[in-house]
Amino acid sequence: MKKLIYLDNAATTPVESRVFAAMKPYFSLKYGNPSEFHLLGQEARKAVEESRRKIASFLGAKAEEIVFTSCASESINFSHKGLIEALRHFAPKSFTPHIITSAIEHKAVLETCQHLENSGLAKVTYLPVDQYGLVKVTDLEKAIQPNTILVSIMYVNNEVGTIQPIAEIGQLLKKVNEQKTKNHQPRTYFHTDATQAIQYLDCQVEKLGVDMLSLTGHKFYAPKGIGALYIKKGTPIRKQQDGGGQEMKLRSGTENVPYIVGLGEAIELISEVKDGQHQKLTELRERLITNILKIPEVYLTGHPQKRVPHIASFVIKGAEGESLILLLSDKKVIASSGSACTSQVLQPSHVLTAMGVAAEVSHGSVRFSLGKNTTIEEIDYVSQILPKIISRLREMAPQI
Amino acid sequence: MDELFNNLYSKKVMEHFRNPKNMGVIRNPDGVATVGNPRCGDLMKFYIKVGKNKQGGEYFKEVKFQTLGCGAAIATSSMVTTLVKGKPLIEAENVTKQVIAEALDGLPAVKMHCSVLADEGIRKAVKNYYSKQPSQK
Repeated sequence: MKKLIYLDNAATTPVESRVFAAMKPYFSLKYGNPSEFHLLGQEARKAVEESRRKIASFLGAKAEEIVFTSCASESINFSHKGLIEALRHFAPKSFTPHIITSAIEHKAVLETCQHLENSGLAKVTYLPVDQYGLVKVTDLEKAIQPNTILVSIMYVNNEVGTIQPIAEIGQLLKKVNEQKTKNHQPRTYFHTDATQAIQYLDCQVEKLGVDMLSLTGHKFYAPKGIGALYIKKGTPIRKQQDGGGQEMKLRSGTENVPYIVGLGEAIELISEVKDGQHQKLTELRERLITNILKIPEVYLTGHPQKRVPHIASFVIKGAEGESLILLLSDKKVIASSGSACTSQVLQPSHVLTAMGVAAEVSHGSVRFSLGKNTTIEEIDYVSQILPKIISRLREMAPQI
Repeated sequence: MDELFNNLYSKKVMEHFRNPKNMGVIRNPDGVATVGNPRCGDLMKFYIKVGKNKQGGEYFKEVKFQTLGCGAAIATSSMVTTLVKGKPLIEAENVTKQVIAEALDGLPAVKMHCSVLADEGIRKAVKNYYSKQPSQK
């Protein structure tokens, strides 16, 4: 059987053997509860704190600013709800916090914001994006109000790979907060969902100017089910899970020691190879984009330059995304689509819609996301079979 | 597998998706119909050629389809043509969404509402044929 060509690394990645090896002892040998003071407990505690240090060092943060979670969705829920809850606790009832986010955030952010809005806990502004999926910093600046407590903008969009100007927004908010302090107004905190950025972009929190940052392990060769939230010291936050007070009283529940170890190992691993990967994948991605854009009526989605090295995304006129994915899969090529038919809600992609892509075109979306094992041969193979698959589907379709 | 969580296609769906039956165009069809719309992601066009048996009863002599859409849309289009071909026109009424889905060994629940337009497509093609006949129909 032919080897799989895995081009869905933005969905998830395989667990790296070095990561798995580091995790293994913590299942059945070093299985202690890190809250216990005995030998086994302390061994587990050491491993958890070692991993926390690795993540902190990667982000240029302090160890006590890292909280382990189960995934980026949890980190996002925790950071948004926790901040609003903490602030409302002290604020008068008449104060309604305001959140600014963008229309192209992951559902974890959008649904959390909608929940806060529907519960009457916050008002939310959803910033539009341009045709490339970029948030305009000037739009953001205009949207800031005296009661704006949180700005939440993703670092990289997962569907189209566009990189948002996070550091620039961080700079702006720094100025805004200086002014707000002078005016005795509450400051505006800044959260970024860095899920797709960790592997390839600068994630030093000081440089970005963020107060909170969400990440998840399975996008960079750690297993599914482990994530982290960076919370800058001094940021008000209310725990969302009550119990035994683990994770500096911020996230109760016995620590998932083997997975925490895996997350630390994975983040160390990617920081060793970050620059080399960036260069290699950018070249491969450009080769793929150039080849695919030779097919008539196929368009790149997302920004042509400001995009992460691993994401190449397109819309294909006259071919439906799910059918494309199924036919690619028959050829052992694994990719993904934001087509309505591949979503549980049967709605066209909210990201492409926000970018102004018409529904009849966004049904033909396809995303190839590269990883460290992607080869030039694989890219060329995909470039060779895709035109045939598209022609086949177009031949099947009625003329509109 | 629990139907609620089943987003998998049956073997039969994949067979019809990979090798659709009766795909294409009939030149000078007796009846034709388009259902769905590209904004929703599924568009189907059906063509029929009508034959008459010895008693003068009308039947589907030839049926062809063209479809833009997902796996379920293509497979159901293909299946419906095989279900009606050779059958009397009046039996088109019996070919419901459920009948098509069962013939394909089931479809994910989420697909039933949007992608199964093929039954409607065939009936509309028959209506189109009737509408072109002299007034006895």
